[in-house]
Amino acid sequence: MELTGAEITIRCLQEEGAEYVFGYPGGAVLHIYDALFTQDQVKHILVRHEQAAVHAADGYARSTDKVGVALVTSGPGVTNAVTGIATAYMDSIPMVIISGQVPTYAIGEDAFQEVDTVGITRPCVKHNFLVKDVKDIASTIKKAFYLAKSGRPGPVLVDIPKDITSHKTEFSYPSSVNIRSYSPVQHSDLGQAKRAVQLLLAAKRPMIYAGGGVILADASKQLTELVHLLGFPCTNTLMGLGGYPATDKQFVGMLGMHGTYEANMGMQYCDVLLAIGARFDDRVVGNVEHFNQEKRKIIHVDIDPSSISKRVKVDLPIVGDVAHVLDDLLAELRSSKEKPDQQAIAPWWAQIKEWRGKNSLVYKNSDEIIKPQFVIEKLYEVTQGEAFITSDVGQHQMWAAQYYKFDKPRRWINSGGLGTMGFGLPAAMGVQLAHPGAHVACVTGEGSIQMCIQELSTCKQFQLPLKIIMLNNRYLGMVRQWQQFFHGNRYAESYMDALPDFVKLAEAYGHIGIRIEKPSDVEPALKEAFERKQQLVFMDFITDQTENVFPMVQGGKGLSEVILAEDL
Amino acid sequence: MRHIISLLTENEAGALSRVSGLFSARGYNIESLTVAPTEDATLSRMTIVTSGSDAVIEQIYKQLNKLIEVVAVMDLSEGEHLERELMLVKVRAVGAVREEMKRMTDIFRGCIIDVTDKTYTIELTGTGHKLESFLQAIDRSLILETVRTGASGIGRGDRILKL
Repeated sequence: MELTGAEITIRCLQEEGAEYVFGYPGGAVLHIYDALFTQDQVKHILVRHEQAAVHAADGYARSTDKVGVALVTSGPGVTNAVTGIATAYMDSIPMVIISGQVPTYAIGEDAFQEVDTVGITRPCVKHNFLVKDVKDIASTIKKAFYLAKSGRPGPVLVDIPKDITSHKTEFSYPSSVNIRSYSPVQHSDLGQAKRAVQLLLAAKRPMIYAGGGVILADASKQLTELVHLLGFPCTNTLMGLGGYPATDKQFVGMLGMHGTYEANMGMQYCDVLLAIGARFDDRVVGNVEHFNQEKRKIIHVDIDPSSISKRVKVDLPIVGDVAHVLDDLLAELRSSKEKPDQQAIAPWWAQIKEWRGKNSLVYKNSDEIIKPQFVIEKLYEVTQGEAFITSDVGQHQMWAAQYYKFDKPRRWINSGGLGTMGFGLPAAMGVQLAHPGAHVACVTGEGSIQMCIQELSTCKQFQLPLKIIMLNNRYLGMVRQWQQFFHGNRYAESYMDALPDFVKLAEAYGHIGIRIEKPSDVEPALKEAFERKQQLVFMDFITDQTENVFPMVQGGKGLSEVILAEDL
Repeated sequence: MRHIISLLTENEAGALSRVSGLFSARGYNIESLTVAPTEDATLSRMTIVTSGSDAVIEQIYKQLNKLIEVVAVMDLSEGEHLERELMLVKVRAVGAVREEMKRMTDIFRGCIIDVTDKTYTIELTGTGHKLESFLQAIDRSLILETVRTGASGIGRGDRILKL
């Protein structure tokens, strides 16, 4: 039987096992929406803005190991989606975006709602396609899912002109896909694993630095085993949190711009560094020249060859799937005659303990005014560390990363690479849909939340009982912090006057709103909120306006040139 | 350092913009870029002349390989290779200059492919260096127009870039 292009599109999503598609209808995708309407296998979540559709698909993907799917119309539908696509691209999140396009005969004529979608999205997708023949839809969507998930994952966009969605052809979904120009590495060279193990066993001051790649590869079990077997200290990047259990005694905390003192000093002064699924980005190593002043051997495990020696020169590259490489390292280590020598690294651990003694995450609590760090600590206690936490971008994001101890992967969902304000709420929607019944909290600020606040309406429609933890300091806090440190306290446009009454706003959307102004009310409010399993609760925590995020390594500085709270 | 990079890409709309977009997005330099289909109509061959430190060239190589439509990449300058460029030059050729221009063309093993009573159009192939030399050897004020293709490159002997 012949199907229309629109029907084929939906059939492809069914074949791929897509549970949800996050989207917003419009002229160019009307046929596709019509095809969605006549089936109930793929459920559509109607967002209020296309940016949120992509973030929600992204949150869904990050909290599972599945590909997120978004559906948007041509023109403004696509341009609104671009921020979401770029967010997913920077963090290597597997996603397929289907966009409508004006009919093939109108392309290039500046038609209504026409943009060059393939051109606009080219720099922020792993790959994109413009489908010009109904016969190509199925094979293109098959390729899109394959590309999104394999190798270093990423978003893939499929642009389908409207006339193609009404043309008809026979449908058959390809069972396999072969792209001759694309063959992602799976298994690496075993010799490299052998050499890596030799280097690791000879280390006197070892450090393991693991990033988001561990989570994307579902390799936290192997990482934990390896770290335990070696007895080495382990740090996670912002993207890697949960990849190694934060409550484990070998964990030295997050590293980087707002990392712990012990993690950054350990990174700077180690003699052998094992980097796994991490990319030495500017927020992690700061000033590369300063980092290179210390001599160390670097082993770098990554699936993407272009990540190797991009910012920091690597001595021993291992290109391969992080999970497979970790399996190889574990096997090598177990069969090696030499065993890790805990005596040899004892002085290093003593040094790390001394650095830990700085207690770099300490903050001065107050009975009068709510400290933002205190809210996160209480959030951790009340949810017993079991919640899925999404965040927006800014100070609250860093506090959530520092004070919520993630023991499991895929529980910490944030925009690390692009730093997209407005990410948290829609991402939380995707997480909640993927994990009905789980506690899902969005840690946000009064600046970020307003960038996608319209999604409170989506939450009402689909009864998503999120808990919104808004740390309201009446400032764009991270901007204000930088202005305080680097711009002589000149708070240019970082103060937001005329904020809405968020309690009333939450109520207007049909949710529960609470304002919390006293430290003693923090825990009871959180408890009450999480007991409301069926309702979204929007918590407006009025926090200390002048609190800063510490420790801090300024942009352009080295990891050991850190500012601690006690220094000011 | 100057590098000459050859690549095979799928002969699809958009492949060229992915390659050129990569160079502009990452701030890599392009001195010249040539592209045309190969004897296999599904493949295009590009030659890119670029320059950068060893680290930058390594990244260019890896980033090109990462593009989905790129089938194969070779840094020709890593080994023995040949490169040629085609140039068309239109010059004013009247009076005594006419003979002189013909002689220079012969010396550089070029040929005159269009003649009017006032102009010659000269075709010249060779390395970029040779083409530069020709332009320097003739009277600059006589040049009306030049068109250069940019370099095409190929490995010597057994160095072959093929699917």
